[in-house]
Amino acid sequence: MTDRAVAVVRAGALTTVQDLGRVGYAHLGVPRSGALDPGAVRLLNRLVGNLGAREGAAVLETTVDGCALRPRCAVTVAVGGAPCPVRVDGRPAAWGAAVRVPAGSLLEVGAAVRGLRSYVAFGGGLAVDPVLGSRSTDLLSGLGPAPLAEGAVLPLGADTAVRGSVDAPPWPGPPDELVLRVRLGPRDDWFTAAALHAFATRAYRVSPASNRIGLRLEGPALERVRPGELASEGMVLGAVQVPPDGRPVVFLADHPTTGGYPVVAVVREADLGAAAQAVPGTPVRFIPVR
Amino acid sequence: MSVRTLRVGDRALLVELAGGTETEAFHAELLRRRAAGALPGVREIVPAARTVLLDGVDDPGRLAAELPHWEVEPLHARVEAVVEVPVRYDGPDLAEVADLWGVSVEEAVRVHSATEFRVAFCGFAPGFGYLTGLDERYGVPRRATPRTAVPAGSVALAGPYTGVYPRSSPGGWQLIGTTDVVLWDTGREPAALLTPGTRVRFTTVGGPTCGAGDSAAEGGR
Repeated sequence: MTDRAVAVVRAGALTTVQDLGRVGYAHLGVPRSGALDPGAVRLLNRLVGNLGAREGAAVLETTVDGCALRPRCAVTVAVGGAPCPVRVDGRPAAWGAAVRVPAGSLLEVGAAVRGLRSYVAFGGGLAVDPVLGSRSTDLLSGLGPAPLAEGAVLPLGADTAVRGSVDAPPWPGPPDELVLRVRLGPRDDWFTAAALHAFATRAYRVSPASNRIGLRLEGPALERVRPGELASEGMVLGAVQVPPDGRPVVFLADHPTTGGYPVVAVVREADLGAAAQAVPGTPVRFIPVR
Repeated sequence: MSVRTLRVGDRALLVELAGGTETEAFHAELLRRRAAGALPGVREIVPAARTVLLDGVDDPGRLAAELPHWEVEPLHARVEAVVEVPVRYDGPDLAEVADLWGVSVEEAVRVHSATEFRVAFCGFAPGFGYLTGLDERYGVPRRATPRTAVPAGSVALAGPYTGVYPRSSPGGWQLIGTTDVVLWDTGREPAALLTPGTRVRFTTVGGPTCGAGDSAAEGGR
């Protein structure tokens, strides 16, 4: 009798189940959600043998201080994303590589050494019940499984026993400065020329108020040329929304699907994984590209 | 139909229309084309007040060039059923809303329950629809101080819209009533009762204001 599940010994500050998100329901007000660093998810799933469509199998996303787990069955795991110490029954194990964890052993995912969010992938993936086609925890609207709590037990999917392999080295960690390429618009015409110049040239900093909904920034306030409200309109991942205080917010996975503040620019999706790893205080620059 | 198409990042387009009716017609046209398989490579169609967002677009440049040449069918009266939402008009802000409208509470209930609404778009929370249909003069401001918890099933007004809270959440809308209808159920397809384009009518049930069916002229004040 096998009990394919993993028990939570230490939940950490905020650990959630994430896959590649809940696509296709934005018109019902459902955020996309999903891992903030999807590149890490794909890589780690490949490492544990979740290949093809299973590259998007559900993993754990930790925040700052990792978590600790006790699998009830032998399972292959891989820890990546933000670099952190990994231990199995107290002994150091590899980060960014497949690790076999025996049944009943303690897997410790330590605090991030760089970056914010580490990911833990499992052979077979986490098999919590999907909601609208995804197992992701959506912190804006409360869909999907609750954030991890001590004592929770998460089911695992059937292991394929395929050996994983990757052709790219694990990502080494976030840069000291976050450079975000953006395409201006759709509402750049709501801002003064001086504001647009400041946006493209001045340095911002990641605010500690950032979360899975948005990367909040401190820095020059962007002044509008027109007052008043924008009628609510659809919002995309990476939208740089500017609320009345003028401080831009970069929308991340759990962003609302519609909003009434103007979007000055949109960050390239490829740059958002790094944004998810930027600790508070990290300098940020926006580079307009076409 | 005049449309303005704005690029949104590398994979999305925001189509801006002249008003709510044009937006509704354009959204219906998009759904028709998608159902006919004539809109490949578009992942999300998100209508809003005066725009429709097309997200996850494979070739946004090409689609942006095509859109202005589309023939958009005008909206015709639909034969599809109207979703009925039974409401107890017992909200804590009902009297204030009636005051803002310059009518009695009974008349406010009559006006609201006599209106055919339409889900213009969703947002704020899964299954929360922004319903249009009330005459312009019945627009009301949001409350100066939002409530920290609005109960699920609250029927509420803000600006030109009526909405129903699918679950308990903070909110600044004016609460005029309560319904027991389940707005959001992920075990149901679709999970939202009120999807964009759906026609809605609120019917009065129970309570002292039930059936305030005097014969005053529509919208009299």
